[in-house]
Amino acid sequence: MNDQAPMIELRHVHKWYGTYHALKDVSLTVNRGERVVVCGPSGSGKSTMIRCINRLEPHEEGQIVVDGIELTDDARQIAAIRAEVGMVFQQFNLFPHLTVLENLVLAPVWVRRMKRAEAEELAMHFLERVRIPEQAQKYPGELSGGQQQRVAIARALTMRPQVMLFDEPTSALDPEMIKEVLDVMVELAKDGMTMICVTHEMGFARTVADAMVFMDAGEIVERAPPEKFFAAPESERARQFLSRILSH
Amino acid sequence: MGEALRWTRVNLFGSVPSALVTLIAAYLVVRGLWGFAGWALVHAVWHASNGRACIAASGGDGACWAFLGVWGRFILFGRYPYEQDWRPLLVIVVFVALLLASCDRRLWGRWLALLWLAGIAANLVLMLGGVFGLAFVPTDFWSGLPLTLILAIVGLAAAFPLAILLALGRRSELPAVRALSVAYIELIRGVPLITVLFMASVMLPLFLPEGTTIDKLLRAQAGFILFYAAYLAEVVRGGLQAMPAGQYEAADALGLGYWRKMRLIILPQALQISIPALVNIFIAGFKDTTLVTIIGLFDLISTASNAITDPSWRGFYIEAYSFIGAIYFGFCFFMSRYSGALEASLRRGRR
Repeated sequence: MNDQAPMIELRHVHKWYGTYHALKDVSLTVNRGERVVVCGPSGSGKSTMIRCINRLEPHEEGQIVVDGIELTDDARQIAAIRAEVGMVFQQFNLFPHLTVLENLVLAPVWVRRMKRAEAEELAMHFLERVRIPEQAQKYPGELSGGQQQRVAIARALTMRPQVMLFDEPTSALDPEMIKEVLDVMVELAKDGMTMICVTHEMGFARTVADAMVFMDAGEIVERAPPEKFFAAPESERARQFLSRILSH
Repeated sequence: MGEALRWTRVNLFGSVPSALVTLIAAYLVVRGLWGFAGWALVHAVWHASNGRACIAASGGDGACWAFLGVWGRFILFGRYPYEQDWRPLLVIVVFVALLLASCDRRLWGRWLALLWLAGIAANLVLMLGGVFGLAFVPTDFWSGLPLTLILAIVGLAAAFPLAILLALGRRSELPAVRALSVAYIELIRGVPLITVLFMASVMLPLFLPEGTTIDKLLRAQAGFILFYAAYLAEVVRGGLQAMPAGQYEAADALGLGYWRKMRLIILPQALQISIPALVNIFIAGFKDTTLVTIIGLFDLISTASNAITDPSWRGFYIEAYSFIGAIYFGFCFFMSRYSGALEASLRRGRR
C-alpha cells in the first residue's frame, strides 16, 4: 500500500436511523500515524462515525476507504478491514466466559491462523505492555474496570492493527482508574499508532492529538490542531461545548 | 449441633402458628413414611411362586416384590430375545457410563462429543446385531428401558444441533432462512407430539412409493427429533436474545466471521444462560418418550403394562409402576441435579 495515501478516508458519508439523520455529509481524512480526537455533545454522531469505519454500522451514502480498501457489502472486504482496525469500546466488551489470555489469543488464532503457542507469546507481550501480565489466567469479571479496559486494548493490539478506534474508552470507568487507561493510550500514541479517539478527556487530547474534530448534530463542525481548537475555536457551537466541559 | 438447634428454633418453632404447622407437617411426613416403609419393606414379600401365594403371604398389607423377580427382566428388556439379554443390558450400562462421564468437566471437549457419537453408534450396533457374530434383532423386538433410552438420548442429541441451527436461522438476516425457520418452528409447535408420532407412523407410509418401507422405530425417532428441535430452538433463541449486543460487536470488531463468532463467543454464553430451560425440555422429552406406546412401540410403560396382565401375576399395578417410576425418577433427578451442578461450576470465577 502507498504510504502517502491516507489511512482512513470518509467522503460525504450519510447515515440514517429510520428518519433520523445521524451522520450528515461527514468527510474526514486520517493519515498514517495521525492521532485524531473526536469530541462533541452526546448524540452528535461521534460514536456512529467511528462505528461506521469498521462497519459495526453500515452507512447509506458516501464512501469509506480504509487502507485503500473501500467498505462495501462485500463480506470479505469487511473482514479484511476489521482485521486491520482495532476497536476499544466504552463497555470493554471482553468475553466473560474466557480467561484474559484466551480473550487475547482468540482472534490471532482464528482470524490470523497463528499457532497457539505463538499467539500466547504475543498475548503476553501485549499484556506486559498494558502492565497486567499477572492477570492472564483470571476471568474478566475478576478484574477492575481499568484493568478490563487495558485487557480490551491489549486484545485489539494482538491483531497488530493499522488503526485503533477508541469509543469513549474511559466513560464507564471510576475516576481513579481513568489515568491507568489513558497512560496506556498515550504510550500507544507515542509509538506512532494511527488512532481515532472519541473522548471527553481533554487533557489527553491536548497531550496526544494531532487534530481535534468537533461534531454536533451529525456534522463535523470543525477540525483544527489542538492548540488552536482549545485556544480559539472557530465555531460558536464548539466554543459553547468547550466552555461547558472545561468549566467544571 | 448448637447451630442446628438454633436454626430449628428460629425457622421451625419461631411462633405458635409456625410450631403448630411444623408439628402437623412432621406428623404427616412420619406417618406417610411409616406407612410406605411398612408396605415396601416390613410387610413386603420377596419370594413367592405366584401372585395368589404372594398376596396370601403379605396378608394384603405389603408389596409383592416377588412379582418383579419374575417379571422385572421383561419390564426392562421386553421382547428382546431372552438369551441375548446381555446386549440391552450393556446398552444401558454404556448410556449410564456416558452420562456419568459427562459429569466430569475435565473430560469436556471435542472428544467427549466423539465418545458420545461412538457410544450411540456402538449401542445401535449392539441392539441391531447382524455384524460381528451378533444375531440380528429387528427393531420390532427392541423394547423396555433400552428403547426408552435410545428414543430419548438419540432423540435429544440429534434435536439439539438442529435446534441451534433453527434458532440461528430465526435470528438470521437472510429473509428466506428466517422465514423457513419461523415456519418450521411455528408449525411443529402448533401440533401435539402425539400427532407428530401418528403422522410418522400412519400417514407417512401412505405417501411413500409402494414397496418402500421405513422402519417404524426410525419414523418415530425422526418425529421425536423434529418435534423437540422446534421446542429446543425457542429456548436457544431466548438465550441468544439475552446476549448483550456488545458481545456481537466485539467479535465482529476482531474480524471473526459469523460461524466463529457464534461458536466461540455467542453460543457458549447463550447456552449457559439457557441451561435451566434446556434441562426442563430434556426432562419433559425423556418422559414424553412414553407416548410411543400409542403407536405400538414397546417402551418401558408398555412392558410394565404388559407384565401385569400375566394371569398368574395379575394386577400388581403398584409394584410394576413403582418400579418404572423409580427408573424414570432416577434419570430425571440425575438431569436436574446435574444441571444445578453445571450452572454452579460455570458461574464460578465469573461475574
